[in-house]
Amino acid sequence: MKKPPDPRSPPRPPGQGPAADPDAALVARARVRDGAAFVELVRRHGAAVLRVARLFVRDEASAEEVVHDTWLAAITGLERFEGRAPFRAWLLRICANRARTRGARDARVVPFSSLVPDEAEGSAEDVLAGRFATDGHWRTFPTGWSEDTPEAVVLRGETLAVLERAVAGLSEAQRAVITLRDVEGLSSEETCNLLGIRETHQRVLLHRARTRVRAALEQHLTGEPP
Amino acid sequence: MLVCREMTGLVTDYVEGRLSTRDRLRFQWHLGLCRGCRRYLRQMRLTARSLGSLPAPVLPEHVREELERRFAGWFSGAGPQG
Repeated sequence: MKKPPDPRSPPRPPGQGPAADPDAALVARARVRDGAAFVELVRRHGAAVLRVARLFVRDEASAEEVVHDTWLAAITGLERFEGRAPFRAWLLRICANRARTRGARDARVVPFSSLVPDEAEGSAEDVLAGRFATDGHWRTFPTGWSEDTPEAVVLRGETLAVLERAVAGLSEAQRAVITLRDVEGLSSEETCNLLGIRETHQRVLLHRARTRVRAALEQHLTGEPP
Repeated sequence: MLVCREMTGLVTDYVEGRLSTRDRLRFQWHLGLCRGCRRYLRQMRLTARSLGSLPAPVLPEHVREELERRFAGWFSGAGPQG
């Protein structure tokens, strides 16, 4: 049996708990119809909402409509926001729901049934084929990267474009998961809720996606074939 | 004994804390012995964290303006003018 959470020791690490929601003050102000607070929330999260909308709809005009739908639903539903999840996660879930609603009448929406791991998209092992000897050990170790922090990786010329291209080249399902988990920083639970997929599927998709993006980075940083 | 090929297949389960105790110990045992797999794990983690360092896309100006226009009536007038 899981013990109920002890209020003196929140189960979530700092920075993820409702108490630490950096948007709490702005949300409180937006609730009492402070327009400046709304503008600031849009400044902070507008781009993320658009990025998530793009995961679900295949053209830019539809994505922008989902953005408008999302903010309308969020602002009119602010009274129902209880702060149990961070505002950002709540907002992005609304965005996914709006995209779903739109999907009922818009064929350009990515079908949610496609968000399961599909053997046709290729396994992670395929990415590393040829890297192992018949006994399953590395033929040669992966070459070390001189960049050892994310900042150093993204500072290196053209690496940003390499990362973005690698993510863009993934299947829709892999792209959705890695974008929510690694780019937007949502938890696995939030990602599963938002996409309506099982945790095991989410993990398979994340694994395939990260394996591919790592291979693309490797090729760029060391000049080795993927 | 796990081999390197299996390690690369389990690395996300390991990072996500989803391996059984037994598999986690086998994984860590192999890591302790294999520099190649330590490097691979480090690169997978770095890949994930690097994606989090991508600059946020810019919300196109016309989308932002349209949002503010649509919501101008909703708010009491404390928003930006013009």
